[in-house]
Amino acid sequence: MTLAMLPFMLAFLLLVAGLYAIVAKRNLIKVIVGILVLDYAANLLLVLMGYRTPPVGKAPVAPILTGGWAQAEELAASAVDPVPQALILTSIVIGLSVTALVVALAVRLYEKYGTFDTELMRNLKG
Amino acid sequence: MQGMSPIVKNITRLVAGFIVLFGAYIVLYGHVTPGGGFTGGVILAGGLALVVLAFGEAFARNVLTHEVAKVADSMGALLFLLVAVLGFAGGVFFTNFLPAGTLGHLVSAGTIPIANLGIGIKVGAGLFGAFLALAAFRRTTGAGQERADVLQSHS
Amino acid sequence: MAHLVPLLVAIPLAGGFLMPLVGRLTGRRRSAAALPILLAAGVLVLSVWLLLAADEPLTYWVGGWDFPVGISLVADGLSRLMAVVVATISLVALLFSIDYMARFTSPGLYYGLFLLMVAGMNGVVLSGDLFNMFVFIEVAGIASYALVAFGTESDELEASFKYLVLGTVASAFLLVGIALVYNVTGHLNWAKVGEAIQTAGGAPLPLQVAAAFFLMGFGLKAAMVPFHAWLPDAHPSAPAPISAMLSGVLIKASGVYALARFVFSVFDGDPALGWILVVLGVLSMVIGALMATGQDDFKRLLAYSSISQVGYVVLALGAAAVMRARGVSPTVVGLAVFGGLFHLANHAVFKALLFLCSGSVEYATGTRQLKDLGGIGTRMPVTGACLRVAALSISGVPPLNGFWSKLFIIVALVLGEMYVLAAVTAVVSFLTLMYYAKVQRYVLGGEPSERVTRAREAPLGMCAASVLLAVLCFGSSLMAVPAVRRRVLAPATEAVTAGVQAGRQGRTITVERDKAAPTDSRAAAVEPLRGGSPRPPRAAESLADGTAGAETRRAEPLARRAALDVGEAP
Repeated sequence: MTLAMLPFMLAFLLLVAGLYAIVAKRNLIKVIVGILVLDYAANLLLVLMGYRTPPVGKAPVAPILTGGWAQAEELAASAVDPVPQALILTSIVIGLSVTALVVALAVRLYEKYGTFDTELMRNLKG
Repeated sequence: MQGMSPIVKNITRLVAGFIVLFGAYIVLYGHVTPGGGFTGGVILAGGLALVVLAFGEAFARNVLTHEVAKVADSMGALLFLLVAVLGFAGGVFFTNFLPAGTLGHLVSAGTIPIANLGIGIKVGAGLFGAFLALAAFRRTTGAGQERADVLQSHS
Repeated sequence: MAHLVPLLVAIPLAGGFLMPLVGRLTGRRRSAAALPILLAAGVLVLSVWLLLAADEPLTYWVGGWDFPVGISLVADGLSRLMAVVVATISLVALLFSIDYMARFTSPGLYYGLFLLMVAGMNGVVLSGDLFNMFVFIEVAGIASYALVAFGTESDELEASFKYLVLGTVASAFLLVGIALVYNVTGHLNWAKVGEAIQTAGGAPLPLQVAAAFFLMGFGLKAAMVPFHAWLPDAHPSAPAPISAMLSGVLIKASGVYALARFVFSVFDGDPALGWILVVLGVLSMVIGALMATGQDDFKRLLAYSSISQVGYVVLALGAAAVMRARGVSPTVVGLAVFGGLFHLANHAVFKALLFLCSGSVEYATGTRQLKDLGGIGTRMPVTGACLRVAALSISGVPPLNGFWSKLFIIVALVLGEMYVLAAVTAVVSFLTLMYYAKVQRYVLGGEPSERVTRAREAPLGMCAASVLLAVLCFGSSLMAVPAVRRRVLAPATEAVTAGVQAGRQGRTITVERDKAAPTDSRAAAVEPLRGGSPRPPRAAESLADGTAGAETRRAEPLARRAALDVGEAP
């Protein structure tokens, strides 16, 4: 358990927090927030997997080719892995679509029942 | 949804154009700088949402209508799919068949800017349409009566 | 030709984007269905042609970008079988929808979402990449959440909300699993990950954790006990053709198919995973059947029955993995897999037929409660006959198709010396017979109530769809005939039993990029990457000091990406 594991542990903690909100909360909006936190925790974990520690004293390098082809090889050797970043971009878009849909559902449910409380709605359980 | 005060309206008149311009910049330069279709589209949608919020529902019914948003949505998606299918011209599905150009220039990287444009239009129009459907056209009455009926049927 | 493989995804996707525009032109008229049916028929023709014409696995690198940066579509036997199943059921459900959806507003949106769901499912069964499969699972999932809520009654909204929440939890678990797999092996391609695990001689701890996350995620999507909580609410509330699609193909494409891929093509049929699948399958079979016996709502009973039947398929696949690891003869292993896949295809057909019949009944009488439905068979002869055929098939009565697939599964279990499992399977088959006898007694026999005497036969489109599926129930028994089996099911069986080897076979389609004369600074970057051998997975402790080993691993794909990023002239 070194210090480098800390970000991963915190991302897992965030995952658990999101799951807790989904399972234990009665208010629809809190469940939606739980969904958001869960999604972003998974995305965070994926991004963290691409990190590459820079040599001591220098800053982490972003994988952007600004100096032309001359810089390509050096960049490739030192930059953070761009594949997880491309992956989470897609995943964030998916999360946005799900959020839009679930908020629309919540608005419609509010119109039907006048409340966000799941105990008062018939079929919903944790 | 009412509009907002004259201060907000005037500032929006000044600023909205710049926001849309910024969104368009992020979309079109997606292959050179960080950004691209999705992020530029979100900024575009934000700018349009600002305009509707400031000028009220009447603006959304007359100028930037939901119909326009839906049509633009489908058009953007079809543009992206067109780029993918035209890739057959390069041999395989979704190949980058236009010339690649020089690194860092605006006109380079083959079909990537066109795909970015399609995605930008779709995301911008789609998010704006979602905003209209959820917020701009909603009435907040009617919920109370239904609640009374439901709670009564429970007992 | 092989270049038509991506069109299986692109055609329904184009339809999905076009339908909102077409829907605005046609309004609520039934002509809105013309384009979707045309596209679905095209997809069916394409996938049947692909099944019959191609005889070796096909790897299609999209955009010509080869490993390690490219996305691949893989069409091997299992994919092609699933594609045909999806295409058939979606065409029939669309036929049914023409009349059924006349009661709803905005059919353009319905057909658009429906085609997006079909495109998503085709993408799932065709993708060769972990993350690509995840994206298509999400596409199909989001379309299905919206479709379940389509009627916007309070029941449907609540069911869709619950389905959405659990589906999102499943997706988050899948994403965590993908993150772990990427971190340990550096690949996302099914075949390469499988090879990496094989060269390392077994999965290190992070990959076992990833396997657990995948099991939870795909188990939720496939509605296996204990992850089944969403299905009995979501499937009854959806419109009948959507229930048919959900029960018939969605839980199989994004759940069972993905499980089969992940257990066999990545982990090479690991017996520990096989035992877990066996346990989950038995639990699903038994609990699904027991809960179904007590139901009064017709569609809820069918939903629990789906859980039970999916348990059969999962049990067969898990048992095959266990038997393979024990060294049981390959014929028996092949028979178990064959039985499972045959049952998957059969269940799609007869469960879809059952849901469509329940939709016809609900359309005519307005109720789903079994007690109110007595005597429908006399008032709605065509629907009644189809319902009887479907109920007999699922109960396993010869010569209908359900009998053959259950027989193969039980025989394979007996031959593989798993007698307890065979006995449990037989008992559950008997339970299935019992509750479908109850359905038949209530619905087809009995005294007609007030509602029923007012009912009339369903419109032509709905009847035609039901009759088509009933004919298929008889027809797919033919798949047991050796000649047909060799063409249709044998490649699928081999794709599963070959495990990781399947990833190495077959043809590859890509574009020959012009690799001549790179400039000096690029040459050094590009040369060492030719061939891209799989990197061995890192040991567990290197996850902690993470990055020291990362440089050599990351440098290669990054350099190649930088070199090829701007693209060369084709």
